[in-house]
Amino acid sequence: MNKKSVNLFLNAPYVVWAVLFIIVPLIFVAYYAFTTADGVFTFSNIATFFTSDTYMTVFWRSMLYAFWATAISLIIGYPFAYCMTKLGAPGQRMMMLLVMLPMLMNLIVRTYSWQQILERNGLINTLFSSLGLPAVQFLGNGAVIVFGMVYNYLPFMILPIYSVMSKLDNSLIEASNDLGCNVFGTMRRIIFPMSLPGILSGITMVFVPCVSTFYISRQFSDGNIKMIGDIIEDKFYRSSVPDYNIGATISLVLMVIILISLAIANKFSDDGVESGGVII
Amino acid sequence: MKTLRHVFLGAVLLLLYAPIFVMIVFSFNSANSTSIFEGFSLRWYENLFLYGGDLFDALRNTLTLALLSSVVSTVLGTVTAVGIFKMRSKYLKSTVMSVTNIPMMNPEVVTGISMMLMFVFIGRILNVANSVNFATILIAHITFCLPYVILNVLPKLKQTDEHLTEAAMDLGCSPFQAFFKAVLPSITPGIIVGFIMSFTLSLDDFVISYFTNGTYQTLPLLIYSMTRKPMKPDVYALESIMFIIILVLMILLNIIQSDDNKAKGVRK
Repeated sequence: MNKKSVNLFLNAPYVVWAVLFIIVPLIFVAYYAFTTADGVFTFSNIATFFTSDTYMTVFWRSMLYAFWATAISLIIGYPFAYCMTKLGAPGQRMMMLLVMLPMLMNLIVRTYSWQQILERNGLINTLFSSLGLPAVQFLGNGAVIVFGMVYNYLPFMILPIYSVMSKLDNSLIEASNDLGCNVFGTMRRIIFPMSLPGILSGITMVFVPCVSTFYISRQFSDGNIKMIGDIIEDKFYRSSVPDYNIGATISLVLMVIILISLAIANKFSDDGVESGGVII
Repeated sequence: MKTLRHVFLGAVLLLLYAPIFVMIVFSFNSANSTSIFEGFSLRWYENLFLYGGDLFDALRNTLTLALLSSVVSTVLGTVTAVGIFKMRSKYLKSTVMSVTNIPMMNPEVVTGISMMLMFVFIGRILNVANSVNFATILIAHITFCLPYVILNVLPKLKQTDEHLTEAAMDLGCSPFQAFFKAVLPSITPGIIVGFIMSFTLSLDDFVISYFTNGTYQTLPLLIYSMTRKPMKPDVYALESIMFIIILVLMILLNIIQSDDNKAKGVRK
């Protein structure tokens, strides 16, 4: 076998696989989004989505919640990653493990467990009542959904930022101190700009699952507050008459939004996607 | 300053582990509740092993699926990584890498639905009743695991000395032998990490399975259907056991990676 045929032999299976199971399915999403139930070409699904008050409310709500969840994750995750780098090498490895571990546990059980903690008769309210405090209604509002998303996706913010920060050359920080910068000056001029690629990949890795989440919102609001993911699920599985075409339309819109935000993030950092991939 | 940092780290970890801690505590509850603790008992563990047939069936399905999909994606992913590494054309390389990134970057809901739409459509054309079944969920899992294998093996290939293969061939190896004797050992850590990642991702996947499973019941799917009404603590018992298993797997992974780093240090 010559070199060329060896290469072909190595690459062909994956290329075939990727075309069949990555590219073609996405074409099907577009196909369903632009056809009626009878398979006739139409723009009406897209029009329905963008002119319906219900869909638009859900759409902007998802964007808003995902924005808040991402912002809060950054506010908690950035200092967390910074504090991690200050630990010794075994401590850092241990922390990595501890941050990754909850991520690998079943999302549904963890969310359910939070629900039990926050419920009207839940653990926190039991504690409150034994202290003589009035019961608090935690569930059923937007804030608790944002909290649920922060809880679930915080590790996706911490890990990429940490991985960039831990590779930061310490002599740069020393140099900055020698040249008269205080802690905040060093932070602003050295650590923050250098950790920007990690921040960007963290933001995309939190925003993408948040905007498309569909379990947390239903569980924390008893199905009253819906997000894009919830209505997609409704269209395919929950409504009495499944509507694949509208469902595919919403998925397509979601995908386009995410591709645009990824393109923006990539513009700021050339290795955003690559570092994001290695970290998870 | 140092104590402040430790308090902050501890507080965030407390948040991350609160539900897991609650889950483990309530798996030992003597009452039939996941919110009121009445006393310590092993009743739910007993219950799980005596009557938890459904849960164990689902667990067996989950493990079968995770094992199959991680083995296939590890083999195919490693072969592909070598192929991509050897590609000459920069344009071709970046195209393949972009496509590889799609399943990781796309929201899971969209990945799941895109596959379901394709399978349902093909099923309709071929007039097959169960167009989503074990084969489709397996294909879906392999597809979302592949990028993780490729992206873990590729950096290891870049780290290996490019003259290694030539040296092996000069010493009388065939290209095939050269790969297995010289290259493979140095990329093994990447392969193992890719395998373990695929395995855990497949084990825990809910969203993509939800749209591609047909009648094949996995544990996350079964638990999802159970949370519509109040759940019994036997699910907590099973998940606590899973927690311990995943913990051990992760520690193992950690040891492999740190050994690998040490080996690198010596080479320098």
